[in-house]
Amino acid sequence: MGQIVAGVLAPHPPHLVYAENPPQNEPRSECGWEVLRWGYESLRESLSQIDYDVLVVQSPHWRTYVGTHFLGVPELKSKSVDPIFPNLFRYNYDLKVEVPLAEQICSRAAELGLVTKMMRNPDFRVDYGTIVSTHMLQPGWEKPIVGISSIGAASYYGMDVMQELMQKLGQATKEVIEASDLKVVLVASHSLSHRHFVKEAEVPEDMSREHIEHHGQYLWDMKMIELMKAGDSKALFDIIPDFTEQTVGETESGGLSWMLSAMDFPTVPAKVHAYGTVIGTGNAIVEWRPKEWRPSKLRPQTSVPSKHEDVSGSKA
Amino acid sequence: MEKTRVVEKTKQAAPKNLDPNKQVFPEGQPQILKSYFVPGLPHILLCPEKKPEWTKVNQAFGKIREELKELKPDILLIYSTYWPSVVSHQIQARPLIKWTLVDEEWHDLGSVPYEIKIDSDFSHAYKDSAEKRGLEVRTVDYDGFPVDTGSVVLQKLVNPDNQFLSSIVSSHVYADRAETVVLGKAARDALVQTQKTAAVFVVSSFSNRYLPNWPEEYKEEKFSSLKDEEWNQKFIELLSEGRLEDVSQLSRSFHSQARVSKKVVNFKPFWWLSSVMGSTNQFKGEILEYQPVHGTGAAVIGLTPSAQTQGDLEFDEEDIEVYQGNRNILAEDPS
Repeated sequence: MGQIVAGVLAPHPPHLVYAENPPQNEPRSECGWEVLRWGYESLRESLSQIDYDVLVVQSPHWRTYVGTHFLGVPELKSKSVDPIFPNLFRYNYDLKVEVPLAEQICSRAAELGLVTKMMRNPDFRVDYGTIVSTHMLQPGWEKPIVGISSIGAASYYGMDVMQELMQKLGQATKEVIEASDLKVVLVASHSLSHRHFVKEAEVPEDMSREHIEHHGQYLWDMKMIELMKAGDSKALFDIIPDFTEQTVGETESGGLSWMLSAMDFPTVPAKVHAYGTVIGTGNAIVEWRPKEWRPSKLRPQTSVPSKHEDVSGSKA
Repeated sequence: MEKTRVVEKTKQAAPKNLDPNKQVFPEGQPQILKSYFVPGLPHILLCPEKKPEWTKVNQAFGKIREELKELKPDILLIYSTYWPSVVSHQIQARPLIKWTLVDEEWHDLGSVPYEIKIDSDFSHAYKDSAEKRGLEVRTVDYDGFPVDTGSVVLQKLVNPDNQFLSSIVSSHVYADRAETVVLGKAARDALVQTQKTAAVFVVSSFSNRYLPNWPEEYKEEKFSSLKDEEWNQKFIELLSEGRLEDVSQLSRSFHSQARVSKKVVNFKPFWWLSSVMGSTNQFKGEILEYQPVHGTGAAVIGLTPSAQTQGDLEFDEEDIEVYQGNRNILAEDPS
């Protein structure tokens, strides 16, 4: 019987790959964003302890508006150039797709009422969000992936509709994986708060220029992390619309909502491997295990300092 | 200095002669032969035969292609809302771009191999002039950089053989009116400095709501909502009268009424276009086509500089010469 063996929040700033200087990426860096990169090291170490076959990645940078799409070509090879940071990310990828699993999730989601589509064009260029998160989780690209697009329902209708769609997509993902013989890691590829600077430092990896864009969004990020560490994923799910509204959160892509739903809202505390900022956005590297995860020794706090709550405009 | 009849806040003096081959431009004014507003969905390039509405839009591009042969501009200056940027404005500067485009949404319609020749010198001049006006701008010159679907569709339909060099500028997600108007003025500066004649293009839809299902699942193309269609018609009417600056002034209303895009600050293509064209209503407007494409408002419109003007209006929005950053409208902390 198949199983979801872990779920991870794995943000995709191309800066992290740039700072790692892997052979696949053309630009070279001196350093940068070490706390987050060490967080990914820690996560890789943790995942190496478990047996898994496939990474299922949902990415905000494969944005579709008519339905949810799935990669449906067994092998995809090309160069990904980040349209926003082409100076940092020009990455030659060569990846394998677990197409049968993708097809089954696509079909089951359609049965549950979602509009879905398989992507069969061999010239298709995989989005940099999928590539960055997957690279940071497995730089050797040993495991195949399932790539899922992010439907723009949050913009079209609102976060409440998006939440409902992601619950159904999560249900489809869970049912199909459990009916398979695969062990799967789910990957929500996005940051938390997403207000960012509109100017880049002359030396992009100049860490004296790196900080959160706004204190209000930091408070919101900490509130989210607090709920993750408390293992209260239902409260986390419920707060996502407010969080997204207040921080222009990349949670609008639905990745975290989908993953929590697919994992049946895990109650074990999540392991936060790192939190840090990239051009002002808040990024957390977090791991959920469905069972037998050792609880954090730190007792989670229960509230955001009240004197700052009005900064972000809404109480959680 | 040539004196011309201008409306209030007019900066662009109209050419004396409307025959594009005989236009005489006042000294110090950019030599803009004509501007166009066009849609950029790949349906009109890859499968226009599938719906009669798509066929008509495709044919309207053919009219532009023929007009360009007469106009013979030095460059096609393109602003595409299909190319969002978030860290500064970006201008394409790679002399020859070669790649194969597959749209992330419409991948099943096919692949588009393309080559686009860029006027790199102009793009750098544009960057320099924009920086002088206080904007954060950078050029992009990278193999494999993903040129947006709208720009590729435009190139393939009106300039398939690269008869004309192009310069393409992104649509900055966070830029509001002040930045966008100044970006338009910087384009005028660069055109004056380089002494190039230009045909100016905006690639964008009007209303941008898609139909929620696949084209093969509906028999008839239609607009996604009556409200969207009414706002489109309002803009069509104004532009048919050449009232470009009036349309520009209505951009905020249009954004809230007929656009879906929370992350994009506002509907800004007409801010840029009107600014490039001199912030006037002095145009002859031609609605070459207007049809729904997968529910969106796909309009193909030509605007030729004209001595005639429609309206002599006092505009609500101020004019801006240099971008000085966002104003802090919150009170400073006295401590």
